[in-house]
Amino acid sequence: MSGPPGTPGRPPAADGAAVPGDPGGPMVATEGLHKSFGRLHVLRGIDLTVARQEVMCVIGPSGSGKSTLLRCINHLEQINAGRLWVDGELVGYRQQGGKLYELRDKEICAKRAEIGMVFQQFNLFPHMTALENVIEAPVRVRGQGRPKATEQARELLYRVGLQDKADAYPKQLSGGQQQRVAIARALAMQPKLMLFDEPTSALDPELVGDVLAVMRDLAASGMTMIVVTHEMGFAREAGDSLVFMDEGVIVEAGRPREILVSPQHERTRSFLAKVL
Amino acid sequence: MSSGPGAPGSPGAPGAPGGPGISGGPGAGPATAEQGPPPEEIRAIPVRHPGRWVAAAVVLVLAAMLVHTLVANPRFEWGVIGNYFLSSRVLEGLGITLLLTVVAMFIGIVLGVLLAVMRLSSNPLLSGASWAYIWLFRGTPVLVQLLFWFNLAALYPRISVGVPFGPSFAEFNANDLISGIGAAILGLGLNEGAYMSEIVRAGILSVDHGQSEAAQALGMRRALTMRRIILPQAMRVIIPPTGNETISMLKTSSLASVITVTELLYAVQLIYSVNFQTIPLLIVASLWYLIVTSLLTIGQYYIERHYARGSARQLPPTPWQRVRRLLFTVHAAPPGPPAQLPAGPSR
Repeated sequence: MSGPPGTPGRPPAADGAAVPGDPGGPMVATEGLHKSFGRLHVLRGIDLTVARQEVMCVIGPSGSGKSTLLRCINHLEQINAGRLWVDGELVGYRQQGGKLYELRDKEICAKRAEIGMVFQQFNLFPHMTALENVIEAPVRVRGQGRPKATEQARELLYRVGLQDKADAYPKQLSGGQQQRVAIARALAMQPKLMLFDEPTSALDPELVGDVLAVMRDLAASGMTMIVVTHEMGFAREAGDSLVFMDEGVIVEAGRPREILVSPQHERTRSFLAKVL
Repeated sequence: MSSGPGAPGSPGAPGAPGGPGISGGPGAGPATAEQGPPPEEIRAIPVRHPGRWVAAAVVLVLAAMLVHTLVANPRFEWGVIGNYFLSSRVLEGLGITLLLTVVAMFIGIVLGVLLAVMRLSSNPLLSGASWAYIWLFRGTPVLVQLLFWFNLAALYPRISVGVPFGPSFAEFNANDLISGIGAAILGLGLNEGAYMSEIVRAGILSVDHGQSEAAQALGMRRALTMRRIILPQAMRVIIPPTGNETISMLKTSSLASVITVTELLYAVQLIYSVNFQTIPLLIVASLWYLIVTSLLTIGQYYIERHYARGSARQLPPTPWQRVRRLLFTVHAAPPGPPAQLPAGPSR
């Protein structure tokens, strides 16, 4: 499957061509990415590269396209133009002989299974206990044995500090606990990339810390993460890079400290003035 | 399971001796230790409701009249009712009624799920076909449909199985293939499918879109998501109207009496056409319908509870659990006082 360097359809990488699974290539790359919903043009040409083990935070006003970008990356939304690669492979398409073929549902699902996603509203399955939530996908999608999946799920719940809540239903948990179960659920599929869509925005302020602590641990363990967030403290401390988006374009990108302390762009300045 | 940090010191836990803690044991938290004397309860003269008394009296008088006429009017023929209540012909009729209800509801539910999923499909041909089916079967009386299926032989005397527009492998006489019961099951089941599909569709639509998104993000495919995530949650919305439909079906199945199916109603009709005990036998049938409806209501309660898992922090006890708790705790120590309101400053 590996093509010669520079083949169209391969993510452009500064340090040579990326091959699927190539440990040197970027985890996520986009090139001129566009997405519209009907007449609403949400993403207007996004060029982005996320290296392996990088923690990228995405900030910006609401409606700037941050969430849509995340949803495109695991193909919950189909892009209209441009190219998008995850781990060196096109998302949603297969390129053969200069033509693009849409992937089948089965193939898309297999790829999604390798990308974890955490939602603002947690979206735990309310009819299942915390443990059942975590083992559902490993058992049903990966075909793992229930005992093995359960053992792994208990470890994950321990990791997010909820080992004694395994048999609780989501309604019996606080928002922060639910979000930590949701993170455990995503990690159970052993993803190579984790997407966080405003994971703390629906939480009471006192519960935010626990969730951020879990995310910091995850970042420290070398997980590649893209985090859409309003938590500037997290972005500064745990983020390797920061992207500021507005009206569907990336206005500014760079090291979190530099952008937060001395933003170069007027729009970044006015946004940060409002949220900091 | 170790209790989490900061578990409340469970005030008023059963077995806490000494009544409301005046002394406050060494283990009691600071909040319960300083209760002081229990607050004086408010004693006030309650508002009088004369209207309620009048209404209650009217209801009681009417109830007494009803009981009196049931007992005093000899034409109810309670003896006849007793004789026929467990007679084999009535019980056979009841059996057929139950069979019709169960099989027709089964067809209706399976068809309903299928039609609902078709209706929500992005394929316009599938959703259009589902729409047309519902339009046709909801738009004509079920009695007409029953008569139609019963007389299908007039339209298609012979029914054959084979390749569409091609050769046929087997041929049947329509009258042999579709008996009275067959026509009743077809008519009731296909009609029910139209109604059930709307109920199932409402249930599916009631599940938050985030649920299917979360399932998708985990790599679950559409059918798996529907089966494991969406439908179990939709059940909470689907069950109550389905119970309604089942009870309704129990009674609608009496329409099959017009196509010579000896279900409960037709069975008693056959009896009273001979002995002319019309009213007592209609009461026999009605009592059976009431009994089965009551059983179905109880069944529905427990099915609803099953699918309510996770929808509330704590499910309320069932009536049976309440009775047992009442019986077994009647001699135990009285439970602690309910959550204490902060005592106001004593004057």
